[in-house]
Amino acid sequence: MKAFFTVRNIVIGALLGFLALLPLYVVVTGQFFPLTLFTRIVILALAATSLNLILGYGGMVSFGHAAYLGLGGYVVGILAKEGMTSGFVQWPLAIAASALFGVTVGALCLRTRGVYFIMITLAFAQMIYYVAVGLDRYGGDDGLTIYRRSEFAGLVDLSGNVQFYYLCLALLIAAIWLVSRLVNSRFGIVIRGSRSNDRRMQAIGFPTFRYRLACFVMAGMMCGLAGALLANHTDFISPAVMHWTRSGDLIVMIVLGGMGSLFGPLIGAVTLLTLEEGLSRVTEYWQIIVGPLLLFIVVYARGGIDGALAGLHRG
Amino acid sequence: MNKTLVAAGALLAGLSLPAVAQQRSIKIGFVSTFSGPPAVIGADMRNSFELALDHLGRTMGGLPIEVIYEDDQQKPEVGKQKTEKLILSDHVDFIVGYIWSNVLLASLKPAIDSKTILISANAGPSQIAGELCSPYFFSTSWQNDQTPAAVGLFMNQKGVKNTYLIGPNYAAGKDMMVGVKATFKGKIVGEEYTRWPDQLDFSAELSKVRAAKPDAAFAFYPGAAGVQFLNQYVQAGLKGQVPLYTAFTIDETTLPRQGENAIGIPGAQQWVNDLPNDANRKFVADYKAKYKASPSFYGAQTYDAALLVNSAVVAVKGDVARKADMIKTMEKADFASVRGSYRYGNNHFPIQNFYLQDVVKGPDGTVVLKTVATVVKDDQDVFHDKCAMK
Amino acid sequence: MRDEVILLIEQCLNGLQFGLLLFLLAAGLTLVFGIMDLVNLAHGSFYMLGAYFAATFAALTGSFVLGGVLALAATLVVGMAAELIAIRKLYGRDHLDHVLGTFGLILFFNELVRLVWGPAGMNLPLPPYLGGAIEILPGVYYPAYRIAVIAAALMIALLLYLVVMRTRVGMLIRAGASNREMVGALGINVQLLYTFVFGAGAALAGLAGLIQAPILTAHIGMGENILIVALVVIIIGGVGSIRGAFMAAIFVGIVDTVGRAFLPDLFRLVMTPAAASTLAPALSSMLIYVVMAIVLVVRPQGLFPVDGK
Repeated sequence: MKAFFTVRNIVIGALLGFLALLPLYVVVTGQFFPLTLFTRIVILALAATSLNLILGYGGMVSFGHAAYLGLGGYVVGILAKEGMTSGFVQWPLAIAASALFGVTVGALCLRTRGVYFIMITLAFAQMIYYVAVGLDRYGGDDGLTIYRRSEFAGLVDLSGNVQFYYLCLALLIAAIWLVSRLVNSRFGIVIRGSRSNDRRMQAIGFPTFRYRLACFVMAGMMCGLAGALLANHTDFISPAVMHWTRSGDLIVMIVLGGMGSLFGPLIGAVTLLTLEEGLSRVTEYWQIIVGPLLLFIVVYARGGIDGALAGLHRG
Repeated sequence: MNKTLVAAGALLAGLSLPAVAQQRSIKIGFVSTFSGPPAVIGADMRNSFELALDHLGRTMGGLPIEVIYEDDQQKPEVGKQKTEKLILSDHVDFIVGYIWSNVLLASLKPAIDSKTILISANAGPSQIAGELCSPYFFSTSWQNDQTPAAVGLFMNQKGVKNTYLIGPNYAAGKDMMVGVKATFKGKIVGEEYTRWPDQLDFSAELSKVRAAKPDAAFAFYPGAAGVQFLNQYVQAGLKGQVPLYTAFTIDETTLPRQGENAIGIPGAQQWVNDLPNDANRKFVADYKAKYKASPSFYGAQTYDAALLVNSAVVAVKGDVARKADMIKTMEKADFASVRGSYRYGNNHFPIQNFYLQDVVKGPDGTVVLKTVATVVKDDQDVFHDKCAMK
Repeated sequence: MRDEVILLIEQCLNGLQFGLLLFLLAAGLTLVFGIMDLVNLAHGSFYMLGAYFAATFAALTGSFVLGGVLALAATLVVGMAAELIAIRKLYGRDHLDHVLGTFGLILFFNELVRLVWGPAGMNLPLPPYLGGAIEILPGVYYPAYRIAVIAAALMIALLLYLVVMRTRVGMLIRAGASNREMVGALGINVQLLYTFVFGAGAALAGLAGLIQAPILTAHIGMGENILIVALVVIIIGGVGSIRGAFMAAIFVGIVDTVGRAFLPDLFRLVMTPAAASTLAPALSSMLIYVVMAIVLVVRPQGLFPVDGK
């Protein structure tokens, strides 16, 4: 019988509990900054979870995933500037735009493998980055301030920080649930099998290209939603959110937390961003350990934090 | 559900925590660029702010002052994040700084939403002078279009019939070109916007300037870009061929690296180091004594920002919760500014003189800036009509 | 000479200069990738280090040239040290590990530079003899520094060609790029070869950095943007191929410069100057990525691939 109360499950449970109860603490003490910080963490954890679907489980190392954050964000920003502030229009369009970008880019990129796949996904992300830089009407490199958040006809008030936080948290949980259903289904088995040996999967009779493309598009759509959330959270969107180093940050979160594990991206996001916030108040040179830490994990501790916790149980 | 939580929380907070309203010090957040090539500007601003605090005896209205410096890395989204942190986490009473117009535009909303008084010690985008104006915003510098407009007037005086415009492609660069075109009467034979901030190699654009053979060229390149642009202008052999007129391209932070290349190249400014008033003499002398360098206009504007904040705090005797009273005081601009006295327009931008500055070799052989003439007196920006205030 | 012709000559020279700079950066990258099958994202960090070292040594010795030479030596040492301590652990692993590991190195080097040199960046002033313009053709003035850069880079390219094509070491390098297992099987000390190649690549990157330092000033993170362009260059040219890197670098350099110079004028016919100047460089930057994407899909081994691939 599988033990339920493993160290790892306890840690994850505690983390989820903390996230659920955070607003209570914030309201009681009146310190709103932690809520702002953790809303951002939850949104980026959603983006990292979407990337983990293709990277951790599918072995598709996309260095251009941050492009979807930008796509979703710009759809919201552009529509808001042009007077369309209804979330019922903005958010589906953000997801649809991401799906369209994902299908187009994926159809071309998924023909390549290894470092060429990495490079071509990066190339497309840079292309869309430059498109955003070229949008003179929407600020170009200066970015675009969003004066009114997405409106949902009174159902949810996004300008209320606590409500917005819970919405983001709910969407994150839903995404993790969706990913778990996907990877444990037949679809997921094909994806994971295709990662280790694509030819064998094809020999068995699966049209792996189609499966991988579908997976790629789904990950993109999830990240586009995260982009719409991020734009609402920061009331601002600029091309910088799509730069390739931001895709790198997402990858760091996944590797740190544990690639190919359900809660790894969340753990990684929480760890990295709270370290960033906390350590930066202690010393401005804290980042010097992040680099070697990453290298260390890559060489010696492939499972990341999640893997280390799981290993404790086997101990 | 949200309202109930808030009410419960407020009750608990009110009962359990000590009264937070007691002001123990004046907290000022300072957002500028402290990394990368523009760090020299941030350093100048910081030095000037610290000097002003020294001159004020490190207190305002009897309360000690606490300054929190944050680096915007010249990026709008970072500046915005830092501004939010200062407001939400550090609970600052004032925010001062902002070199770059795009950083300021991105950072404005959090300050206005939280009713935190924000003073721009440099950036002056046209949007904030116009439709985005707010009672919580004050400028101790200028509005972007004013300075190049003064240069345009001077170019008319010099009989320039056509000109080539070149500047960086961001909010301030665009404002500058609009400013020149507003007053310059001649023909514009070329208009180039270069990528900002990473393009520091102007070879392609300088070739085009040479090919166009204009009477003169106008350039706006702040900070390190100004050093590069000017030096490359000279290296390309253009200095003798096409006279150059500038705004914010030559200042005390860039002169050390521009050296003799800058001699004879005019610019306009609302403050030059040799303005003959007591506050300025004291500022420049004490700055040189303390920091062994000359202050630039960035520093002068920041020094004034400190004095402006002080005038407000003194007026309310340290009770910074009285924001409306502080704003009323600040609107009077009742302090000894290093540029001489000025007054505020309805949009909280200064109405002030602009001077022509030239670069000459000083008595000790070093290159210095000096005032040549007053180009325009009591100049007000052209966007104040678009502002809904007053 | 007609103005338009002069302008075109100047722009082509500008493009050539940028292209040669890209070549210096791409050469090291493509060698490491071709021979060690290693994607080194931290290549841009050596570019940055070269700039910082040059600024420091030039200030210490008072000589621009001496500072440059010392900087090259220092970057070579740092490169070899990085290989021995960190890079070595990544050989044989899959490309994701390389990307992640070297991404971590980027973060490390950025912070190290901040620690040692501070956040503000460093200037490298040009010596007076390189500060003016030379009339290379009647009526055509071109900055002396850029002519020096073009000349130096062409010499390095020639030197590289001679080493790779005409020496024993070069033969080992070419053999390693075509078939690395065979080279090991022949009894060559592959470890030493790898360390040397990596160090040489780092030194070339450092050279590119110190060449740019007088213009860009040495600052943290300066390698990140140009690294991507260098990666694009080696993909277009063909991984492991020095010849490919050269051709692709010149191509990219000219396209980017000429695009930046003439596209805005084209766009200005249909939109405002500000909008044209926003869109044009974005488009010419995009163009390079479009070409790379086409190459990757149609001819992934590159336009001038190494023999045997």
